[in-house]
Amino acid sequence: MDTLVAQLQRQFRDYTISLYHQGFLDDQFTELKKLQDECSPDFVAEVVSLFFEDCEKLIGNMARALDQTGNVDFNLVGSSVHQLKGSSSSVGAKRVKGLCITFKECCDSQNFEGCVRCLQQVDIEYKSLKAKLQDLFNLEQQIVQAGGRIPQVDI
Amino acid sequence: MGMAAEPQFHVLAVDDSLFDRKLIERLLQKASCQVTTVDSGYKALEFLGLREGVESNDPDAVSTSPEIHQEVEVNLIITDYCMPGMTGYDLLKKVKESSAFKNMPVVIMSSENVPARISRCLEEGAEEFFLKPVRLADLNKLKPLMMKTKLKKQKLEEIEKTSKDENGTVAAVEPEVKILPLQSELEPKQVHLQVVQEEQTLSSNKRKSMEEGLSTDRSRPRFEGITTAV
Repeated sequence: MDTLVAQLQRQFRDYTISLYHQGFLDDQFTELKKLQDECSPDFVAEVVSLFFEDCEKLIGNMARALDQTGNVDFNLVGSSVHQLKGSSSSVGAKRVKGLCITFKECCDSQNFEGCVRCLQQVDIEYKSLKAKLQDLFNLEQQIVQAGGRIPQVDI
Repeated sequence: MGMAAEPQFHVLAVDDSLFDRKLIERLLQKASCQVTTVDSGYKALEFLGLREGVESNDPDAVSTSPEIHQEVEVNLIITDYCMPGMTGYDLLKKVKESSAFKNMPVVIMSSENVPARISRCLEEGAEEFFLKPVRLADLNKLKPLMMKTKLKKQKLEEIEKTSKDENGTVAAVEPEVKILPLQSELEPKQVHLQVVQEEQTLSSNKRKSMEEGLSTDRSRPRFEGITTAV
């Protein structure tokens, strides 16, 4: 007998596990979930949203800096990458963080093409993660609306 | 476990990143601490009542006298290292140089694992150095430290009071308040300097893998080294 709640919970569990296994999220995301409780019930959604705002802002800065053909300030790009690496690490965005490491190397070696490539990849990656986390949050909402509890998923 | 009321510790958290401030604030709240967050070293000094001059480009800065710190009870300062203007290291120095707060525990956080940076901070008097992302387990380590400082302060105040009563002058006594975790707090710092020297002779490959291993590998090189070296 598979109720709607049970189905949703299973979907939620499977989806969460796949995000970890495919390397989108790492154990830092798990740490963030531990910080969410009755006092701060939307904590994860709030920090995740702050993170994506950061992504947009920093990527914008980097794009502008890289657009200054012939006069690219690699230090500026590098410092934005450093910030993005920090916040992606703190939120558990594993792939974004990995890309930032490569990106930083391109900045340090003033590799213009490398930087442009990395910027494109980071942009795609954060948007992809944003969509997936949105799906995850939607599942949570559906479970709650169907009267169920959000399952604790052990990775 | 006894459910006696846990003493409220007040932590001043300093970080220029809004994201990081939100995170550290939640972490500290979850660790049952009262939190005040500020976005710069200058604001931290202002909060503590340590800012003597007024910044020329900051018309709103208030110049307060050091006595005001009595009303603000802060048990620990936790600060990011990399901040524009005044770095966490600069803030650490200013705090340790002040007569009012030289015994205030200061913890530095950084997203970068730079052994020279870590040892410089510890040498300047930082109690701890945390690699970001900071976790609950890290903060729980700080409780004994804050407790010790709180008790030590109380004891000092007690002694000042009794010695004043006895001979009208304040005795300069620094009592050793022994709490169980004391040894484990002191040893890592001293042994750490030894570990840091070992780390500096590591090949760059190892350093790179330490850097990449940050997210999944929670080992903190400086402390891992201690358990095997000792």
